[in-house]
Amino acid sequence: MSFVWLWTDLMVWSLLFVILAGIRSIKNSEQARKQWRSIFESRVAMASMVILTFYFVFALLGSVHVQLTSNGENTSEKRQGVYSVLDLSLMHLIEQTERTYSAPFATHEYSTSLNFDENGQVSQSYLVLKHGGQHLMDGASIWLDVLGKTGLPLLLTLGIMALLLMVHAYFRFKIYEFRGINDKAKKLPWKTAYISLFSLLFLFIWFYYLSHFYHVLGTDKVGQDVLLQSIKSIRTGVLIGLLTTLVMLPLALILGISAGYFKGWVDDVIQYLYTTLNSIPGVLLIAAAVLVMQVIITNNSDWFGSTEERADLRLLFLIFILGLTSWTGLCRLLRAETLKISQVEYVSAAKAFGLGPFKIIKNHILPNLMHLVLIALVLDFSGLVLAEAVLSYVGVGVDPTTASWGNMINQARLEMAREPMVWWSLFSAFVFMFTLVLAANLFSDRVQMVLDPRRVN
Amino acid sequence: MFAYIIRRVLFALPILIGVNFITFALFFMVNTPEDMARAQLGAKQTTPAMIQSWKIDHGYDKPLFFNSESPGLAKVQETLFVQESMKLFAFDFGQSDSGRQITADIYERMWPSLAIALPTFIIGLVTNIALALLIVLFRGSALDTATMMVAVAIMSISGLFYIIAGQVLFSKVWHWVPISGYTEGWEGFKFLILPIFIGVFSGIGAGMRWYRSIFLEEMNKDYIRTARAKGLSDLKVLFGHVLQNGMLPILTGVVVVIPTLFMGSLIMESFFGIPGLGSYTLDAINAQDFGIVKAIVFLGSVLYIIGLILTDISYTLFDPRVKLS
Repeated sequence: MSFVWLWTDLMVWSLLFVILAGIRSIKNSEQARKQWRSIFESRVAMASMVILTFYFVFALLGSVHVQLTSNGENTSEKRQGVYSVLDLSLMHLIEQTERTYSAPFATHEYSTSLNFDENGQVSQSYLVLKHGGQHLMDGASIWLDVLGKTGLPLLLTLGIMALLLMVHAYFRFKIYEFRGINDKAKKLPWKTAYISLFSLLFLFIWFYYLSHFYHVLGTDKVGQDVLLQSIKSIRTGVLIGLLTTLVMLPLALILGISAGYFKGWVDDVIQYLYTTLNSIPGVLLIAAAVLVMQVIITNNSDWFGSTEERADLRLLFLIFILGLTSWTGLCRLLRAETLKISQVEYVSAAKAFGLGPFKIIKNHILPNLMHLVLIALVLDFSGLVLAEAVLSYVGVGVDPTTASWGNMINQARLEMAREPMVWWSLFSAFVFMFTLVLAANLFSDRVQMVLDPRRVN
Repeated sequence: MFAYIIRRVLFALPILIGVNFITFALFFMVNTPEDMARAQLGAKQTTPAMIQSWKIDHGYDKPLFFNSESPGLAKVQETLFVQESMKLFAFDFGQSDSGRQITADIYERMWPSLAIALPTFIIGLVTNIALALLIVLFRGSALDTATMMVAVAIMSISGLFYIIAGQVLFSKVWHWVPISGYTEGWEGFKFLILPIFIGVFSGIGAGMRWYRSIFLEEMNKDYIRTARAKGLSDLKVLFGHVLQNGMLPILTGVVVVIPTLFMGSLIMESFFGIPGLGSYTLDAINAQDFGIVKAIVFLGSVLYIIGLILTDISYTLFDPRVKLS
């Protein structure tokens, strides 16, 4: 077993590093700490953040890849290849595939098939699943069984929560000892945070436990577990939402600030650049760029050792293309704001003292742009997660072998036309995506409300 | 005014050349003239001489950006980039890979796109503004908060879900409208209802929030307080002042969109089988037909720039303080 670092893995972990550095700098600045405190004073924002963090943890787990080789006696032939840590913990789902469609919690296949009994008689019947519900006695109720399997996960979740609470209480106690209890300060809605964390954790542990016995969200056309696909898709969605901003941010910052600060021909050139890019319809520019990328990938198939690497490079390209096409909006905002700030007296004073342009930008302009950057980042996230689905549907999204909600919806489109309807793939993709996007939207609303001085409430 | 428009059109030229440059670069990064010649002539027995003669026939024998053999200005003129761009500026998009005239195809497919996009746009605009005004009447109440929550939820659902759920409910389960298809004339109405409804509904969340914030910003201004102080009713303030003065920020967002309505919607048209420009583009993307993609990108940029100019002109019509110069 050896670690494999795909390109997007490295980017996610460096993003985590950036986020941690950001949190550190927030802690060091009095003003920023107050602002973030007031963001989290909203119960909605707190619950949204818990959900977003939960998703992000899954994305992180999906971003550590290991290469399994067959030199150990225990590893079967089937297990060779590149797996993420998330895959390894869901190994039972990867291996327990069925023949074809089966509904959530089903014990039999979803549609009848012809089969021959011992006497050579042909009959139409629902075949029994290989794995789903096979521990049940004949005639036992599924729902009673599921109910019986609730206690253990509930206890486990309660245990984890109790542990967390104890650690939290200990630190709070230390803080109170240090500063004295300040009753005037508005308290953060920790109760909401714990309730939402409890429900998420319980749902996950419960489903995880049940998934050893059932296909909780059914199986798809080739018998793959839908729960597995939905969970694996989290990484794709979160990555596209977060990493694109990592690509777009430096571009928007450098170009926007230099246009606003240096003015003159620099401004003209940068304005020309973003007007040109902006006037090309977004989807078409992305589609054209992805088409080029596809041709390059097919022409140079020897670049990649495995399908995982190819799929990963395609995801990376997609992120870069999305980043290169989406910096214009933020750039225009930053340019206008920089123009305004560079007229202010303290900037003129700094210039009179002989400070160089880079010092002025770093010390006086950049800090005053941070709220715009933050608002743009949280606003873009949900849009990008939704865009992934549309792009995958159009055929210019992630690789078809990559698990993504877009690919799931794309497949589900044909399944809905079947009789009887196969609804669970679409349903799962819907629930997973909706939760993430809703949380992101609610959180970005709160961030905007607190950070944007112009916003009216 | 006229001089202003002329100047704006002239300013648009370098932008269009830039757009052209991007699409041209993308196009020739993967499709060299040799590849095109081979594809057109067929795989069997293509000699270098045949390829050369095909290139000369179709004008692909020139260098890409700089022709060092020609004298003077022709160094730039006698290149593929300039030749191809000139064709685009004359709206001559040439042939697609399947040998059809792209210009004629676009003209034909523009109308079905418009048949969906225009009603969706108008009904959507009216609905969103009406709902936003209604919500502004109840600002600060529990109803306001609840509606905004619903609006965020509507925004958070992917457009694909609306389409699939709409088709399943209205066509498959209830059989109210056909699942997909298109015919000319009033007969085609039954095909258009569902896409228009879904288009309007999926836009309500974002639209309502956007117009609400515009109206609320207007509500906080001093003249509104004066109007209230002299005893105007809520409704009179809303329709007499807020709506009128809110028109300006609304125009900025709306007028830009109008010309691009011709382009249609990629997913809507492909789901509902409407032979418009959106599905035309999508087919081209799937078939990797660069000629069509290039033409559509160019057309989209032209329409967008027209939209920007129209926005400026509409400003002068609605706000006497703005003077174009």
